[in-house]
Amino acid sequence: MTVVAESFVLPERRGTAGRLSDFFWRHPHVLLTVLLGPPLLWLGIVYLGSLFALLLQSFFSIDEFSGLINYEFTLATYRQLFSEANLDIILRTVSMAALVTLVSALVAFPIAYYAARYARGKWKALFYLAVMLPLWSSYLVKVYAWKLILAKEGILTWFFEKLNVLWLLDAWLALPVVGGNSLSVSYTGTFIVFVYVWMPFMILPIQAALERVPANLVEASSDLGGTPAQTFRHVLFPLALPGIVAGSIFTFSLTLGDYIIPQIVGSSRLFIGQAVYAQQGTAGNIPLAAAFTVVPIVIMGAYLWMAKRMGAFDAL
Amino acid sequence: MTTAVLFDNVSRHFGAVRAVDRVNLSIAEGEFFAMLGPSGSGKTTCLRLMAGFEQPTAGHIEIFGETAEGVPPYRRSVNTVFQDYALFPHLSILDNVAYGLMVKGIGREERRKAAEDALAMVKLPSYGARRPGQLSGGQRQRVALARALVNKPKVLLLDEPLGALDLKLREQMQEELKSLQKSLGITFVFVTHDQGEALSMADRIAVFNEGRIQQLGRPEDVYNRPTTRFVADFVGSSNVLSAKLCQRLGLKTASASLRPESVAIAPAADGALSLSGVVAGRSFLGATNRIVVDVDGNRIAVASPAAQSVPAMGTPVTISFAARDLHPMEDA
Repeated sequence: MTVVAESFVLPERRGTAGRLSDFFWRHPHVLLTVLLGPPLLWLGIVYLGSLFALLLQSFFSIDEFSGLINYEFTLATYRQLFSEANLDIILRTVSMAALVTLVSALVAFPIAYYAARYARGKWKALFYLAVMLPLWSSYLVKVYAWKLILAKEGILTWFFEKLNVLWLLDAWLALPVVGGNSLSVSYTGTFIVFVYVWMPFMILPIQAALERVPANLVEASSDLGGTPAQTFRHVLFPLALPGIVAGSIFTFSLTLGDYIIPQIVGSSRLFIGQAVYAQQGTAGNIPLAAAFTVVPIVIMGAYLWMAKRMGAFDAL
Repeated sequence: MTTAVLFDNVSRHFGAVRAVDRVNLSIAEGEFFAMLGPSGSGKTTCLRLMAGFEQPTAGHIEIFGETAEGVPPYRRSVNTVFQDYALFPHLSILDNVAYGLMVKGIGREERRKAAEDALAMVKLPSYGARRPGQLSGGQRQRVALARALVNKPKVLLLDEPLGALDLKLREQMQEELKSLQKSLGITFVFVTHDQGEALSMADRIAVFNEGRIQQLGRPEDVYNRPTTRFVADFVGSSNVLSAKLCQRLGLKTASASLRPESVAIAPAADGALSLSGVVAGRSFLGATNRIVVDVDGNRIAVASPAAQSVPAMGTPVTISFAARDLHPMEDA
């Protein structure tokens, strides 16, 4: 056997990069600081900082005569927020967001389940493509496309007509609240577009959660006497719950804050996003706009707290 | 004697792959039955056919005289201990064990009592409040056992349940499983690739290879009298004597098996057979030394007691064995 002539310690790598590697190897926490510092600073100052600055505005008030902001602590803006007209906006938005979230979850679950359990190879690629494809095109284009689809002269009406079930559509549109002159100016239309636009944000987290459920847990439940419905109720649903909650955070908060969809498709009644837009833009009432943005934050906080209480994050 | 599980010419094909190929077997009630074989030999598929996770492509399965085809897993009084236990991570240990009773609609108090009894049986009382993630591998294995047994199944299926445990724990669990099976009287069907495990625990063993049963019999028979070359090699690494060697020893069979512990490095005594060769390998195994003797190109392993001296490599030696230890085999 030949004797190895070189020493045990291999020669140092040349240059600054080599010295830097040695330094970072000896001081891993320095590396962590270098990596995490910039994004944390950005998140802390630009992101959270501006958010808190905005929230602070909600405790100021506006002088009704001069239109100038009065920089004194007051709850007057919140009193204004809870006026009947504004409460109406909040209630409308929250109901819409809740309904959109619920229906999104119901539609997304079977799709996500199929993708996580059965789709393999090219079917899986096709699934990702189909779910993500709508995200590639402009959001405005999609919403306007829906306006045309849902319009009185649109393809949907034509379709109902060809199938001789136009009376069904008319009956639906004759209903109070959800109805209207046509789908494109009704709450139903707003709802359909919301569900369509946010669907990928619901499907992907549920699919990720279901993918993490080992297949043999489903078999174990069946083996122990659980019918498919019981397996869903006691095994699949609880284990997919973190994914459903994650997805619902997206659909719920995105619906709460959106101001474009209800403006293009729907009745002329305002949603929170539109109210914020109107208050800070046209009306110049920054404090009231800020107070409106507090509403989704509080609702989401309460929702997450409830989800945690229900044990949605126990399996994480 | 009642037949617990009956396989009548059962096949299960996955596309062109014949995972299980015309298997016939009959497991008696209260028997501890092992299915032994390398991975991909079809033993696990057979277990899954019994559990109902797979349906046979051809053939007929009966469990306690009733046709099993088309019966979903949740309607079979058969429970499985899964290879990696498959405990529900979101449920407490007690709820895991009580799961089978819960889905059958048994009252909360009654199933809590039954689950606690089952946990006590596997020596894990007072663990009920914990989560599966907080338990060690051996403890999880016991929970999986309790979760299956609490349902009082007619047949308990065990899919390599000891595979993930370390040697010491595995030996301890082997004994416990064996005594548990004897005291409960439930039919156990056990899948393993570990021949030592199968030999020490089972009443009967089916040795699988390439989707077929190679040999089915009592552990002693399978070990001492393998009928095929595969079984001789897989179960306890018997020596396989080629046709040429058999001829030289005056045997008429195509091949024969010879256990290493039946061979001695010594000149032949009266009536014994002998061969001469040179020492080609030696390794220390603890209780014995394994010495490989090269007889004209045939390598024959000898298990020699550790107390005996080991001849050096290349030493010419004579090996001897009794004629009755030589077992003729079916294939060459």
